[in-house]
Amino acid sequence: MKYLRTILLMLAVTFTANVAFAAEHSENEEEGGISLKEILFGHVQDAYQWHVTDLGGEPVIIHLPMIFYSQNSGFHVYCTSQFEHEPNAELLREGPDGFYIQGAEDEKGKIVEKVGDELQPVCFDISITKQVCILFIDAIILLLCILIPARWCKKHKVDDPAPSGFTGMMHMLIMSVYNDLIKSTLGDKADKYAPYLLTCFFFIFFANLMGVMPFPPGGGNITGNIAVTAFLALCTFLVTNVTGNGHYWREIFWPEVPTWLKCPVPLMPVIELFGVFIKPIVLMVRLFANMLAGHAIAISLSCMIFIMFGLGGFMGNLLGGIITPVSVLMSIFMMFLELLVCYIQAMVFTLLSAIYIEMSHAHHHE
Amino acid sequence: MSLITPDFGLFFWMAVVFLCVLAILWKFGFPVIVNMVNERKAFIDGSLQKAHEATERLANIQKEGEALLQEAREKQSVLLKEAKETHDAIVAKAEGDAREQANKLLADAKAQIEAEKAAAIREIRTQVAELSVQIAEKVVRQNLSDNTAQMQLIDKLLDEVSVEK
Repeated sequence: MKYLRTILLMLAVTFTANVAFAAEHSENEEEGGISLKEILFGHVQDAYQWHVTDLGGEPVIIHLPMIFYSQNSGFHVYCTSQFEHEPNAELLREGPDGFYIQGAEDEKGKIVEKVGDELQPVCFDISITKQVCILFIDAIILLLCILIPARWCKKHKVDDPAPSGFTGMMHMLIMSVYNDLIKSTLGDKADKYAPYLLTCFFFIFFANLMGVMPFPPGGGNITGNIAVTAFLALCTFLVTNVTGNGHYWREIFWPEVPTWLKCPVPLMPVIELFGVFIKPIVLMVRLFANMLAGHAIAISLSCMIFIMFGLGGFMGNLLGGIITPVSVLMSIFMMFLELLVCYIQAMVFTLLSAIYIEMSHAHHHE
Repeated sequence: MSLITPDFGLFFWMAVVFLCVLAILWKFGFPVIVNMVNERKAFIDGSLQKAHEATERLANIQKEGEALLQEAREKQSVLLKEAKETHDAIVAKAEGDAREQANKLLADAKAQIEAEKAAAIREIRTQVAELSVQIAEKVVRQNLSDNTAQMQLIDKLLDEVSVEK
């Protein structure tokens, strides 16, 4: 009963705040509407600076370093504060020394250099962008969450009492992944691959959770970025194919099927060879698409309020009023669903990686 | 930036960060925890097994103790029985001996009494004979004057004595 009252109160506050904000927003918006695409892409995509929110019309921005190599003038390190926040008419954000960022204010465009009248993109851009920054934070949190329980293990003997609190929880979580996903799939080879698979799991899981958190240090969408998932999939691809045994390769190039399927026209070998590449690509796309979709749904649900109020007039306010509680409730529901998805996607990635590794060691004993 | 084009910068940093994290966790993180938890599991399993065995052993000891007690009790009763038998036998034997002895004593006593009685009778008889002789002497001394009568008396007495003896 107590909790129910709290929840109702919170809903009411969110509702009024949303309505007030939406009304203000729709008044300020000169076009009379908002671009869902812009907001969505602004949230899920990378940017050179970390645009947290707007306070009283002023953007709250965490400025980040930009590191890049230009063919003409060598290495450069700048801060995003040295670049204009608003792009000019040609969609270029002016910076020092003739460098520009192409694209809108929260878009990670290319860095271009003005050589004469020509704009040349720089060739090697390793700026600490918003998502790289979140990647670092994620890595630090991950290291802390694993190394603190690991330190407990080093400091204690086998016959000491069981750990409690955070250490106990992490031990339980790690062992549940180890036993249920890795050991059950890989059997006696588990210990060889467990560190990689566990790192994958917790890296993805923490990154997913950070993505659900709507404010710094979270808020990024790194597992919903294809570069991140591509690297993870590449790792699994390399582990699978580098450690694969002779039988694995024989299965690919000379599978046990009727000879006419592989001899004159190598039909099965071609399919199997495609499979080798499709497996990691599927891993990459599944994680990327799931996390991106989660973010897209969350943002769309919130934006529905603004879109309705953006219609203006009596109808707009009426629809907005109706849609707001629905949207808030749906957002809460989606948030819980996202938490579930965070775990499931990390689990699926790890499990499939383990299965692929197991397949590359198939029939080892026969 | 398109949504599905991997960004080089992010890919680069992802590679750096992920490989660093993987290396650190491979060296100091997961194997330590997994080994520790597995060792703890083995230790706990072992302890449980030991506890089980100890309980079993304790039960066995109790059973053995009871068996021993039972055996002791049985032995005790056997011993008691034997002791009683021995006791009875000894008592019976003692009684028999005593009776025998008593009988023997009685018999001896009787025999002695008989013997003494016989001796006493003999003595009395001797004395009586002597007395008789003395009396007779006296009587004879007084009446020896009358020979014929006396001879007759002597013959009569002699006859009587002879008949008596």
